Amino acid sequence: MINFSLFVPIILYFLLLIVITCYANKKARLAYNKGSFMEEYFVGSRSMGGIVLAMTIVATYTSASSFVGGPGVAYKLGLGWILLSMIQVPTVFLTIGILGKKFARVACCTNCMTFTDFLRARYSSPFVDILSSIAILIFFVASMVAQFVGGARLFEALTGNSYFIGLLIFGISVVLYTTFGGFRAVVLTDTLQGAVMAIASFVILYCTIKTGGGLEHIMKHLATIDPGLITPTGANNAIPKPFIMSFWVLVGIAILGLPQTTQKCLGYKDAKAMHDAMIIGTIVCGFTILAMHMVGALGRAVVPGIEVGDMAIPTIVRSVMSPFWAGVFIAGPLAAIMSTVDSMLIMCSATIVKDLYFHYVLKEDWAKISSKKIKNFSTITTAIIGLIVFAFAITPPDLLVWINLFAFGGLEAVFFCPTIFGLYWKRANSSGAICSMLAGASAFFYFNISGVSFYGTTPIVPSLAIAIIVFVLASFLGKKEPDKILEIFDF
Amino acid sequence: MKDKNSKENKKTDKEPIVVLILYLLFFGFWYLTAYGFGNDAGKYKFIFGMPEWFFYSCIVGYIGICILLYIAIKFFFADTSLIKDKKGKD
Repeated sequence: MINFSLFVPIILYFLLLIVITCYANKKARLAYNKGSFMEEYFVGSRSMGGIVLAMTIVATYTSASSFVGGPGVAYKLGLGWILLSMIQVPTVFLTIGILGKKFARVACCTNCMTFTDFLRARYSSPFVDILSSIAILIFFVASMVAQFVGGARLFEALTGNSYFIGLLIFGISVVLYTTFGGFRAVVLTDTLQGAVMAIASFVILYCTIKTGGGLEHIMKHLATIDPGLITPTGANNAIPKPFIMSFWVLVGIAILGLPQTTQKCLGYKDAKAMHDAMIIGTIVCGFTILAMHMVGALGRAVVPGIEVGDMAIPTIVRSVMSPFWAGVFIAGPLAAIMSTVDSMLIMCSATIVKDLYFHYVLKEDWAKISSKKIKNFSTITTAIIGLIVFAFAITPPDLLVWINLFAFGGLEAVFFCPTIFGLYWKRANSSGAICSMLAGASAFFYFNISGVSFYGTTPIVPSLAIAIIVFVLASFLGKKEPDKILEIFDF
Repeated sequence: MKDKNSKENKKTDKEPIVVLILYLLFFGFWYLTAYGFGNDAGKYKFIFGMPEWFFYSCIVGYIGICILLYIAIKFFFADTSLIKDKKGKD
Protein backbone atom coordinates (compact mmCIF):
# COMPACT_ATOMS: atom_id res chain seq x y z
CA MET A 1 0.00 0.00 0.00
CA ILE A 2 1.28 3.43 -0.81
CA ASN A 3 2.10 5.56 2.17
CA PHE A 4 0.42 8.90 1.69
CA SER A 5 2.88 10.89 3.76
CA LEU A 6 5.18 10.41 0.82
CA PHE A 7 2.97 12.69 -1.21
CA VAL A 8 2.75 15.58 1.26
CA PRO A 9 6.08 17.18 0.36
CA ILE A 10 5.46 16.55 -3.32
CA ILE A 11 2.10 18.31 -3.23
CA LEU A 12 3.62 21.20 -1.30
CA TYR A 13 6.33 21.48 -3.91
CA PHE A 14 3.84 21.63 -6.75
CA LEU A 15 1.80 24.24 -4.93
CA LEU A 16 4.92 26.38 -4.68
CA LEU A 17 5.44 25.97 -8.40
CA ILE A 18 1.94 27.21 -9.06
CA VAL A 19 2.48 30.24 -6.83
CA ILE A 20 5.68 31.08 -8.67
CA THR A 21 4.00 30.74 -12.03
CA CYS A 22 1.22 33.11 -11.03
CA TYR A 23 3.74 35.61 -9.74
CA ALA A 24 5.72 35.36 -12.96
CA ASN A 25 2.61 35.77 -15.00
CA LYS A 26 1.63 38.89 -13.09
CA LYS A 27 5.04 40.46 -13.54
CA ALA A 28 4.96 39.53 -17.18
CA ARG A 29 1.66 41.26 -17.78
CA LEU A 30 3.26 44.53 -16.69
CA ALA A 31 5.88 44.09 -19.37
CA TYR A 32 3.52 43.18 -22.13
CA ASN A 33 3.25 45.67 -24.86
CA LYS A 34 3.92 44.93 -28.49
CA GLY A 35 7.67 45.26 -28.39
CA SER A 36 8.47 43.48 -25.21
CA PHE A 37 6.21 40.44 -25.16
CA MET A 38 8.92 38.33 -26.68
CA GLU A 39 11.64 39.88 -24.62
CA GLU A 40 9.69 39.10 -21.48
CA TYR A 41 8.46 35.65 -22.50
CA PHE A 42 11.81 34.45 -23.85
CA VAL A 43 14.41 36.30 -21.73
CA GLY A 44 12.52 37.62 -18.72
CA SER A 45 13.31 41.20 -19.74
CA ARG A 46 16.89 40.58 -18.75
CA SER A 47 16.28 41.00 -15.06
CA MET A 48 18.04 38.03 -13.51
CA GLY A 49 20.15 38.63 -10.44
CA GLY A 50 23.09 36.49 -9.29
CA ILE A 51 21.27 33.83 -7.31
CA VAL A 52 18.60 33.24 -9.92
CA LEU A 53 21.17 33.05 -12.71
CA ALA A 54 23.33 30.64 -10.73
CA MET A 55 20.43 28.40 -9.83
CA THR A 56 18.94 28.33 -13.26
CA ILE A 57 22.24 27.32 -14.82
CA VAL A 58 22.83 24.67 -12.18
CA ALA A 59 19.30 23.36 -12.28
CA THR A 60 19.15 23.32 -16.04
CA TYR A 61 22.45 21.54 -16.27
CA THR A 62 21.82 18.90 -13.60
CA SER A 63 19.18 16.53 -14.76
CA ALA A 64 18.05 12.95 -14.35
CA SER A 65 21.56 11.76 -15.06
CA SER A 66 23.03 13.69 -12.14
CA PHE A 67 20.36 12.44 -9.80
CA VAL A 68 19.61 8.92 -10.90
CA GLY A 69 21.69 7.78 -13.84
CA GLY A 70 25.12 8.86 -12.62
CA PRO A 71 24.70 7.69 -9.03
CA GLY A 72 23.36 4.41 -10.44
CA VAL A 73 26.66 3.89 -12.23
CA ALA A 74 28.54 4.92 -9.08
CA TYR A 75 26.66 2.14 -7.32
CA LYS A 76 28.12 -0.39 -9.74
CA LEU A 77 31.58 1.02 -10.27
CA GLY A 78 32.43 2.81 -7.05
CA LEU A 79 34.39 5.93 -6.11
CA GLY A 80 36.00 6.16 -9.54
CA TRP A 81 32.67 7.28 -10.97
CA ILE A 82 32.41 10.01 -8.34
CA LEU A 83 35.84 11.17 -9.48
CA LEU A 84 34.51 11.33 -13.02
CA SER A 85 31.39 13.23 -12.02
CA MET A 86 33.47 15.88 -10.23
CA ILE A 87 34.69 16.97 -13.65
CA GLN A 88 31.48 18.97 -13.70
CA VAL A 89 32.43 21.19 -10.77
CA PRO A 90 34.02 23.97 -12.88
CA THR A 91 31.26 23.87 -15.51
CA VAL A 92 29.30 26.83 -14.20
CA PHE A 93 32.18 29.25 -13.79
CA LEU A 94 33.70 28.16 -17.07
CA THR A 95 30.48 28.81 -18.97
CA ILE A 96 29.78 32.21 -17.44
CA GLY A 97 33.42 33.24 -17.37
CA ILE A 98 34.23 32.44 -20.98
CA LEU A 99 30.91 33.26 -22.59
CA GLY A 100 29.07 35.51 -20.20
CA LYS A 101 30.39 38.99 -20.67
CA LYS A 102 31.02 38.69 -24.35
CA PHE A 103 27.47 37.48 -24.84
CA ALA A 104 26.12 40.34 -22.76
CA ARG A 105 27.83 43.04 -24.74
CA VAL A 106 26.59 41.57 -27.98
CA ALA A 107 23.11 41.05 -26.61
CA CYS A 108 22.78 44.68 -25.66
CA CYS A 109 23.75 45.92 -29.10
CA THR A 110 21.66 43.54 -31.11
CA ASN A 111 18.78 42.84 -28.78
CA CYS A 112 19.57 39.14 -28.81
CA MET A 113 16.92 37.05 -27.23
CA THR A 114 17.84 33.61 -28.31
CA PHE A 115 20.99 31.69 -28.90
CA THR A 116 20.15 31.62 -32.60
CA ASP A 117 19.91 35.43 -32.54
CA PHE A 118 23.54 35.45 -31.47
CA LEU A 119 24.50 33.19 -34.38
CA ARG A 120 22.55 35.39 -36.76
CA ALA A 121 24.33 38.47 -35.46
CA ARG A 122 27.73 36.90 -35.95
CA TYR A 123 27.34 35.01 -39.20
CA SER A 124 25.90 36.66 -42.27
CA SER A 125 24.55 33.55 -43.97
CA PRO A 126 20.94 32.57 -43.19
CA PHE A 127 21.89 28.91 -43.45
CA VAL A 128 23.70 29.13 -40.14
CA ASP A 129 20.64 29.98 -38.16
CA ILE A 130 18.37 27.65 -40.09
CA LEU A 131 20.74 24.76 -39.36
CA SER A 132 20.91 25.93 -35.78
CA SER A 133 17.13 25.98 -35.40
CA ILE A 134 16.79 22.50 -36.85
CA ALA A 135 19.53 21.10 -34.61
CA ILE A 136 18.00 22.69 -31.53
CA LEU A 137 14.56 21.30 -32.28
CA ILE A 138 15.72 17.76 -33.01
CA PHE A 139 18.20 17.36 -30.17
CA PHE A 140 16.10 19.16 -27.59
CA VAL A 141 13.01 17.08 -28.27
CA ALA A 142 15.10 13.90 -27.98
CA SER A 143 16.60 15.15 -24.75
CA MET A 144 13.27 16.14 -23.28
CA VAL A 145 11.79 12.74 -24.06
CA ALA A 146 14.72 11.11 -22.26
CA GLN A 147 14.18 13.35 -19.25
CA PHE A 148 10.44 12.69 -19.11
CA VAL A 149 11.01 8.96 -19.28
CA GLY A 150 13.66 9.16 -16.55
CA GLY A 151 11.35 11.09 -14.29
CA ALA A 152 8.35 8.85 -14.84
CA ARG A 153 10.44 5.75 -14.16
CA LEU A 154 11.75 7.28 -10.96
CA PHE A 155 8.27 8.14 -9.84
CA GLU A 156 7.16 4.62 -10.63
CA ALA A 157 10.03 3.10 -8.70
CA LEU A 158 9.61 5.29 -5.66
CA THR A 159 5.88 5.34 -5.25
CA GLY A 160 4.80 2.08 -6.77
CA ASN A 161 2.35 4.04 -8.89
CA SER A 162 2.12 3.46 -12.57
CA TYR A 163 4.61 4.95 -14.97
CA PHE A 164 1.86 6.77 -16.80
CA ILE A 165 0.57 8.56 -13.72
CA GLY A 166 4.03 9.83 -12.86
CA LEU A 167 4.50 10.98 -16.44
CA LEU A 168 1.14 12.70 -16.38
CA ILE A 169 1.75 14.53 -13.11
CA PHE A 170 5.01 16.17 -13.74
CA GLY A 171 4.79 16.19 -17.52
CA ILE A 172 1.63 18.22 -17.43
CA SER A 173 2.90 20.52 -14.68
CA VAL A 174 6.09 21.46 -16.43
CA VAL A 175 4.32 22.07 -19.72
CA LEU A 176 1.74 24.20 -17.93
CA TYR A 177 4.05 26.45 -15.99
CA THR A 178 6.38 26.92 -18.92
CA THR A 179 3.53 27.72 -21.27
CA PHE A 180 1.91 30.24 -18.99
CA GLY A 181 4.89 31.63 -17.18
CA GLY A 182 7.50 31.91 -19.91
CA PHE A 183 11.19 32.48 -19.20
CA ARG A 184 10.58 34.21 -15.90
CA ALA A 185 8.61 31.24 -14.54
CA VAL A 186 11.31 28.96 -15.90
CA VAL A 187 14.16 30.67 -14.06
CA LEU A 188 12.23 31.29 -10.87
CA THR A 189 11.10 27.70 -10.64
CA ASP A 190 14.67 26.69 -11.47
CA THR A 191 15.81 28.67 -8.45
CA LEU A 192 13.37 26.83 -6.21
CA GLN A 193 14.35 23.57 -7.83
CA GLY A 194 18.06 24.24 -7.37
CA ALA A 195 17.49 24.77 -3.66
CA VAL A 196 15.35 21.64 -3.46
CA MET A 197 18.03 19.59 -5.19
CA ALA A 198 20.75 20.76 -2.86
CA ILE A 199 18.68 20.08 0.23
CA ALA A 200 17.45 16.72 -1.03
CA SER A 201 20.95 15.52 -1.82
CA PHE A 202 22.21 16.57 1.59
CA VAL A 203 19.38 14.76 3.35
CA ILE A 204 19.83 11.52 1.47
CA LEU A 205 23.58 11.56 1.92
CA TYR A 206 23.21 12.09 5.64
CA CYS A 207 20.70 9.26 5.97
CA THR A 208 22.82 6.90 3.91
CA ILE A 209 26.00 7.48 5.90
CA LYS A 210 24.13 7.19 9.15
CA THR A 211 22.43 3.93 8.15
CA GLY A 212 25.73 2.54 6.94
CA GLY A 213 27.49 3.15 10.23
CA GLY A 214 29.82 5.98 9.28
CA LEU A 215 32.03 6.79 6.34
CA GLU A 216 35.14 4.78 7.12
CA HIS A 217 33.14 1.70 7.95
CA ILE A 218 31.27 1.91 4.66
CA MET A 219 34.46 2.47 2.66
CA LYS A 220 36.16 -0.52 4.20
CA HIS A 221 33.08 -2.61 3.57
CA LEU A 222 33.11 -1.53 -0.09
CA ALA A 223 36.67 -2.77 -0.36
CA THR A 224 35.60 -6.19 0.84
CA ILE A 225 32.83 -6.39 -1.78
CA ASP A 226 35.29 -5.47 -4.51
CA PRO A 227 38.62 -3.72 -3.94
CA GLY A 228 38.21 -1.87 -7.23
CA LEU A 229 35.28 0.06 -5.78
CA ILE A 230 37.53 2.42 -3.85
CA THR A 231 40.08 2.97 -6.61
CA PRO A 232 40.08 5.77 -9.18
CA THR A 233 39.75 3.31 -12.04
CA GLY A 234 36.68 1.65 -10.62
CA ALA A 235 35.46 -1.91 -10.22
CA ASN A 236 37.09 -4.23 -12.77
CA ASN A 237 39.06 -1.30 -14.12
CA ALA A 238 35.92 -0.10 -15.85
CA ILE A 239 37.06 3.53 -15.86
CA PRO A 240 40.40 3.62 -17.65
CA LYS A 241 42.10 6.94 -18.29
CA PRO A 242 41.13 7.49 -21.97
CA PHE A 243 37.52 7.00 -20.98
CA ILE A 244 37.58 9.47 -18.15
CA MET A 245 39.52 11.96 -20.23
CA SER A 246 36.83 11.83 -22.90
CA PHE A 247 34.44 12.85 -20.19
CA TRP A 248 36.55 15.91 -19.58
CA VAL A 249 35.88 16.81 -23.17
CA LEU A 250 32.20 15.95 -23.05
CA VAL A 251 31.20 17.66 -19.81
CA GLY A 252 34.23 19.75 -19.06
CA ILE A 253 34.94 21.59 -22.29
CA ALA A 254 32.36 21.01 -24.94
CA ILE A 255 29.56 22.16 -22.65
CA LEU A 256 30.51 25.62 -23.79
CA GLY A 257 28.58 24.61 -26.90
CA LEU A 258 25.32 23.82 -25.13
CA PRO A 259 22.69 26.33 -26.19
CA GLN A 260 20.47 25.84 -23.16
CA THR A 261 23.10 26.94 -20.67
CA THR A 262 24.68 29.63 -22.85
CA GLN A 263 21.23 31.06 -23.51
CA LYS A 264 20.99 31.90 -19.81
CA CYS A 265 23.87 34.30 -20.19
CA LEU A 266 21.60 36.55 -22.20
CA GLY A 267 19.19 37.15 -19.36
CA TYR A 268 21.08 38.53 -16.39
CA LYS A 269 21.09 42.01 -14.94
CA ASP A 270 24.68 43.17 -14.58
CA ALA A 271 28.28 42.12 -14.06
CA LYS A 272 27.82 41.64 -10.34
CA ALA A 273 25.00 39.17 -11.06
CA MET A 274 27.39 37.20 -13.22
CA HIS A 275 30.14 37.12 -10.61
CA ASP A 276 27.76 36.00 -7.89
CA ALA A 277 26.37 33.37 -10.21
CA MET A 278 29.82 31.95 -10.86
CA ILE A 279 30.50 31.45 -7.18
CA ILE A 280 27.06 30.33 -6.03
CA GLY A 281 26.62 28.09 -9.05
CA THR A 282 29.92 26.31 -8.52
CA ILE A 283 29.24 25.73 -4.84
CA VAL A 284 25.69 24.41 -5.36
CA CYS A 285 26.42 22.35 -8.47
CA GLY A 286 29.53 20.79 -6.99
CA PHE A 287 27.81 19.93 -3.76
CA THR A 288 24.75 18.36 -5.35
CA ILE A 289 26.74 16.22 -7.76
CA LEU A 290 29.22 15.13 -5.09
CA ALA A 291 26.51 14.23 -2.59
CA MET A 292 24.32 12.30 -5.02
CA HIS A 293 27.15 10.29 -6.49
CA MET A 294 28.45 9.48 -3.03
CA VAL A 295 25.02 8.14 -2.12
CA GLY A 296 25.22 5.89 -5.15
CA ALA A 297 28.70 4.60 -4.41
CA LEU A 298 28.21 4.22 -0.66
CA GLY A 299 24.81 2.66 -1.26
CA ARG A 300 26.53 -0.41 -2.60
CA ALA A 301 27.58 -1.28 0.92
CA VAL A 302 24.50 0.02 2.70
CA VAL A 303 21.84 -1.51 0.44
CA PRO A 304 23.58 -4.31 -1.43
CA GLY A 305 22.18 -6.47 -4.16
CA ILE A 306 20.51 -3.96 -6.46
CA GLU A 307 20.78 -5.27 -9.98
CA VAL A 308 19.76 -2.41 -12.24
CA GLY A 309 21.77 0.82 -11.94
CA ASP A 310 18.77 3.10 -12.44
CA MET A 311 16.98 1.43 -9.55
CA ALA A 312 19.81 2.14 -7.13
CA ILE A 313 18.78 5.59 -5.96
CA PRO A 314 15.05 4.84 -5.61
CA THR A 315 15.78 1.64 -3.70
CA ILE A 316 18.34 3.27 -1.43
CA VAL A 317 15.94 6.10 -0.72
CA ARG A 318 13.16 3.76 0.26
CA SER A 319 15.51 1.82 2.50
CA VAL A 320 17.13 4.60 4.46
CA MET A 321 14.42 7.24 4.72
CA SER A 322 10.95 7.47 6.17
CA PRO A 323 8.18 7.98 3.59
CA PHE A 324 7.86 11.69 4.37
CA TRP A 325 11.55 12.35 3.80
CA ALA A 326 11.49 10.11 0.76
CA GLY A 327 8.81 12.44 -0.55
CA VAL A 328 11.06 15.43 0.19
CA PHE A 329 13.84 13.71 -1.62
CA ILE A 330 11.88 12.81 -4.73
CA ALA A 331 11.23 16.48 -5.24
CA GLY A 332 14.98 16.69 -5.95
CA PRO A 333 15.28 14.65 -9.13
CA LEU A 334 11.83 15.80 -10.21
CA ALA A 335 13.13 19.31 -9.85
CA ALA A 336 16.27 18.44 -11.77
CA ILE A 337 14.24 17.02 -14.62
CA MET A 338 11.64 19.74 -14.73
CA SER A 339 14.25 22.45 -14.68
CA THR A 340 16.09 20.90 -17.58
CA VAL A 341 12.92 20.36 -19.57
CA ASP A 342 11.47 23.81 -18.98
CA SER A 343 14.55 25.51 -20.37
CA MET A 344 14.58 23.34 -23.45
CA LEU A 345 10.88 23.75 -23.97
CA ILE A 346 11.02 27.54 -23.86
CA MET A 347 13.98 27.50 -26.23
CA CYS A 348 12.20 25.27 -28.73
CA SER A 349 9.27 27.62 -28.61
CA ALA A 350 11.57 30.60 -29.10
CA THR A 351 13.20 28.85 -32.03
CA ILE A 352 9.93 28.36 -33.81
CA VAL A 353 8.24 31.63 -32.92
CA LYS A 354 11.11 34.07 -33.05
CA ASP A 355 13.90 32.52 -35.07
CA LEU A 356 11.84 30.90 -37.77
CA TYR A 357 8.40 32.45 -37.96
CA PHE A 358 9.01 36.02 -36.80
CA HIS A 359 12.29 36.35 -38.63
CA TYR A 360 11.60 34.61 -41.89
CA VAL A 361 7.86 34.78 -42.38
CA LEU A 362 7.12 38.15 -40.83
CA LYS A 363 10.52 39.56 -41.71
CA GLU A 364 10.71 41.14 -38.25
CA ASP A 365 7.92 43.52 -39.15
CA TRP A 366 5.87 44.29 -36.06
CA ALA A 367 3.13 45.82 -38.14
CA LYS A 368 2.23 42.44 -39.56
CA ILE A 369 1.06 40.94 -36.32
CA SER A 370 -0.79 42.02 -33.23
CA SER A 371 0.72 41.48 -29.82
CA LYS A 372 -2.22 39.31 -28.88
CA LYS A 373 -1.51 37.04 -31.83
CA ILE A 374 2.17 36.70 -30.96
CA LYS A 375 1.26 35.90 -27.42
CA ASN A 376 -1.23 33.23 -28.43
CA PHE A 377 1.14 31.79 -30.98
CA SER A 378 3.95 31.50 -28.42
CA THR A 379 1.78 29.89 -25.76
CA ILE A 380 0.25 27.43 -28.18
CA THR A 381 3.65 26.53 -29.64
CA THR A 382 5.08 25.83 -26.20
CA ALA A 383 2.07 23.70 -25.31
CA ILE A 384 2.18 21.71 -28.55
CA ILE A 385 5.89 20.91 -28.32
CA GLY A 386 5.31 19.84 -24.73
CA LEU A 387 2.53 17.53 -25.76
CA ILE A 388 4.61 16.02 -28.56
CA VAL A 389 7.38 15.22 -26.08
CA PHE A 390 4.80 13.78 -23.71
CA ALA A 391 3.39 11.60 -26.48
CA PHE A 392 6.80 10.19 -27.34
CA ALA A 393 7.45 9.46 -23.68
CA ILE A 394 4.31 7.44 -23.15
CA THR A 395 5.88 4.35 -24.66
CA PRO A 396 9.44 4.66 -23.42
CA PRO A 397 12.20 3.51 -25.71
CA ASP A 398 14.71 1.18 -24.11
CA LEU A 399 17.72 3.15 -25.12
CA LEU A 400 17.00 6.00 -22.72
CA VAL A 401 20.45 6.81 -21.40
CA TRP A 402 21.85 6.49 -24.88
CA ILE A 403 19.38 9.02 -26.26
CA ASN A 404 20.18 11.60 -23.63
CA LEU A 405 23.92 11.32 -24.01
CA PHE A 406 23.51 11.35 -27.76
CA ALA A 407 21.48 14.56 -27.69
CA PHE A 408 24.00 16.17 -25.35
CA GLY A 409 27.00 15.24 -27.46
CA GLY A 410 25.21 16.10 -30.67
CA LEU A 411 24.46 19.62 -29.47
CA GLU A 412 28.07 20.10 -28.49
CA ALA A 413 29.49 18.74 -31.73
CA VAL A 414 27.29 21.17 -33.64
CA PHE A 415 27.45 24.32 -31.52
CA PHE A 416 30.81 24.36 -29.77
CA CYS A 417 32.79 25.71 -32.71
CA PRO A 418 30.40 28.43 -33.94
CA THR A 419 30.05 29.68 -30.38
CA ILE A 420 33.66 29.77 -29.23
CA PHE A 421 35.23 30.72 -32.53
CA GLY A 422 32.50 33.25 -33.11
CA LEU A 423 33.29 35.01 -29.86
CA TYR A 424 37.06 34.78 -29.92
CA TRP A 425 38.30 34.48 -33.50
CA LYS A 426 38.07 37.37 -35.90
CA ARG A 427 38.38 35.22 -38.97
CA ALA A 428 35.43 32.98 -38.11
CA ASN A 429 32.81 33.19 -40.82
CA SER A 430 29.66 31.62 -42.22
CA SER A 431 31.39 29.01 -44.37
CA GLY A 432 33.33 27.88 -41.33
CA ALA A 433 30.17 27.68 -39.26
CA ILE A 434 28.06 25.84 -41.81
CA CYS A 435 30.72 23.27 -42.73
CA SER A 436 31.65 22.72 -39.11
CA MET A 437 28.05 22.21 -37.99
CA LEU A 438 27.43 19.65 -40.73
CA ALA A 439 30.79 17.94 -40.24
CA GLY A 440 30.42 17.80 -36.48
CA ALA A 441 26.92 16.33 -36.67
CA SER A 442 27.87 13.77 -39.32
CA ALA A 443 31.00 12.70 -37.49
CA PHE A 444 29.07 12.34 -34.28
CA PHE A 445 26.39 10.22 -35.93
CA TYR A 446 29.04 8.12 -37.63
CA PHE A 447 31.11 7.40 -34.54
CA ASN A 448 28.04 6.57 -32.50
CA ILE A 449 26.46 4.25 -35.04
CA SER A 450 29.56 2.50 -36.29
CA GLY A 451 31.07 2.04 -32.85
CA VAL A 452 34.50 2.93 -34.14
CA SER A 453 36.59 4.25 -31.30
CA PHE A 454 39.44 6.70 -31.43
CA TYR A 455 42.13 5.53 -29.00
CA GLY A 456 39.52 4.37 -26.51
CA THR A 457 37.69 7.69 -26.32
CA THR A 458 33.96 8.31 -26.66
CA PRO A 459 32.46 9.73 -29.92
CA ILE A 460 32.52 13.36 -28.81
CA VAL A 461 36.31 13.51 -28.93
CA PRO A 462 36.91 12.74 -32.62
CA SER A 463 33.70 14.54 -33.62
CA LEU A 464 34.77 17.72 -31.88
CA ALA A 465 38.27 17.45 -33.32
CA ILE A 466 36.82 17.14 -36.82
CA ALA A 467 34.41 20.02 -36.22
CA ILE A 468 37.30 22.24 -35.13
CA ILE A 469 39.55 21.38 -38.04
CA VAL A 470 36.74 21.85 -40.54
CA PHE A 471 35.76 25.16 -38.99
CA VAL A 472 39.26 26.57 -39.27
CA LEU A 473 39.84 25.34 -42.82
CA ALA A 474 36.45 26.43 -44.12
CA SER A 475 36.79 29.84 -42.50
CA PHE A 476 40.05 30.48 -44.31
CA LEU A 477 38.50 29.39 -47.57
CA GLY A 478 35.63 31.83 -47.18
CA LYS A 479 35.48 35.60 -46.92
CA LYS A 480 35.83 37.54 -43.70
CA GLU A 481 32.55 38.72 -42.20
CA PRO A 482 31.76 42.40 -42.91
CA ASP A 483 33.20 44.99 -40.56
CA LYS A 484 29.86 46.06 -39.16
CA ILE A 485 29.39 42.59 -37.75
CA LEU A 486 32.93 42.35 -36.40
CA GLU A 487 32.55 45.70 -34.71
CA ILE A 488 29.69 44.48 -32.57
CA PHE A 489 31.88 41.67 -31.34
CA ASP A 490 34.77 43.92 -30.38
CA PHE A 491 37.10 42.73 -33.12
CA MET B 1 34.64 54.45 -34.50
CA LYS B 2 35.17 51.59 -32.18
CA ASP B 3 37.56 52.29 -29.37
CA LYS B 4 39.34 48.98 -29.05
CA ASN B 5 41.60 50.20 -26.31
CA SER B 6 38.91 51.63 -24.08
CA LYS B 7 39.58 51.15 -20.42
CA GLU B 8 36.53 48.98 -19.96
CA ASN B 9 37.67 46.59 -22.64
CA LYS B 10 41.14 46.37 -21.16
CA LYS B 11 39.74 45.60 -17.73
CA THR B 12 37.69 42.67 -18.85
CA ASP B 13 40.17 41.26 -21.35
CA LYS B 14 42.05 39.21 -18.82
CA GLU B 15 38.96 37.66 -17.25
CA PRO B 16 38.64 34.67 -19.60
CA ILE B 17 42.34 34.01 -19.03
CA VAL B 18 41.87 33.99 -15.25
CA VAL B 19 38.97 31.58 -15.73
CA LEU B 20 41.11 29.28 -17.86
CA ILE B 21 43.94 29.33 -15.32
CA LEU B 22 41.54 28.41 -12.50
CA TYR B 23 40.15 25.65 -14.67
CA LEU B 24 43.56 24.20 -15.42
CA LEU B 25 44.53 24.40 -11.76
CA PHE B 26 41.47 22.39 -10.85
CA PHE B 27 42.13 19.85 -13.56
CA GLY B 28 45.79 19.50 -12.59
CA PHE B 29 45.01 19.05 -8.92
CA TRP B 30 42.19 16.61 -9.70
CA TYR B 31 44.43 14.52 -11.94
CA LEU B 32 47.56 14.48 -9.81
CA THR B 33 45.90 13.71 -6.49
CA ALA B 34 43.58 11.06 -7.95
CA TYR B 35 46.15 9.10 -9.91
CA GLY B 36 49.11 10.00 -7.74
CA PHE B 37 47.69 8.91 -4.42
CA GLY B 38 45.43 6.36 -6.04
CA ASN B 39 48.20 4.19 -7.29
CA ASP B 40 48.84 1.75 -4.48
CA ALA B 41 45.51 -0.03 -4.32
CA GLY B 42 45.14 -1.99 -1.15
CA LYS B 43 47.51 0.29 0.73
CA TYR B 44 45.36 3.39 0.97
CA LYS B 45 45.61 5.79 3.88
CA PHE B 46 42.25 6.95 5.17
CA ILE B 47 41.48 10.58 5.95
CA PHE B 48 38.14 11.42 7.59
CA GLY B 49 36.97 7.97 6.60
CA MET B 50 37.84 8.32 2.91
CA PRO B 51 40.73 6.97 0.85
CA GLU B 52 43.47 9.59 0.59
CA TRP B 53 43.19 10.05 -3.19
CA PHE B 54 39.46 10.52 -2.97
CA PHE B 55 39.67 12.99 -0.12
CA TYR B 56 42.14 15.21 -1.97
CA SER B 57 40.84 15.00 -5.52
CA CYS B 58 37.11 15.18 -4.80
CA ILE B 59 36.69 16.96 -1.48
CA VAL B 60 39.71 19.25 -1.14
CA GLY B 61 39.67 20.04 -4.86
CA TYR B 62 36.03 21.08 -4.76
CA ILE B 63 36.38 23.24 -1.65
CA GLY B 64 39.68 24.63 -2.85
CA ILE B 65 38.39 25.77 -6.21
CA CYS B 66 35.39 27.48 -4.61
CA ILE B 67 37.73 29.49 -2.40
CA LEU B 68 40.14 30.30 -5.23
CA LEU B 69 37.23 31.33 -7.43
CA TYR B 70 35.93 33.73 -4.79
CA ILE B 71 39.36 35.30 -4.36
CA ALA B 72 39.99 35.54 -8.08
CA ILE B 73 36.69 37.28 -8.72
CA LYS B 74 37.22 39.68 -5.86
CA PHE B 75 40.66 40.72 -7.12
CA PHE B 76 40.63 40.28 -10.86
CA PHE B 77 37.10 40.86 -12.05
CA ALA B 78 35.70 44.27 -12.78
CA ASP B 79 32.13 45.32 -12.17
CA THR B 80 32.01 47.01 -15.53
CA SER B 81 28.87 48.15 -17.15
CA LEU B 82 27.52 45.75 -19.72
CA ILE B 83 25.79 48.36 -21.75
CA LYS B 84 27.53 49.31 -24.94
CA ASP B 85 26.07 52.11 -26.96
CA LYS B 86 25.60 51.75 -30.70
CA LYS B 87 29.02 53.23 -31.46
CA GLY B 88 30.78 50.47 -29.56
CA LYS B 89 32.10 52.75 -26.84
CA ASP B 90 31.37 52.16 -23.16
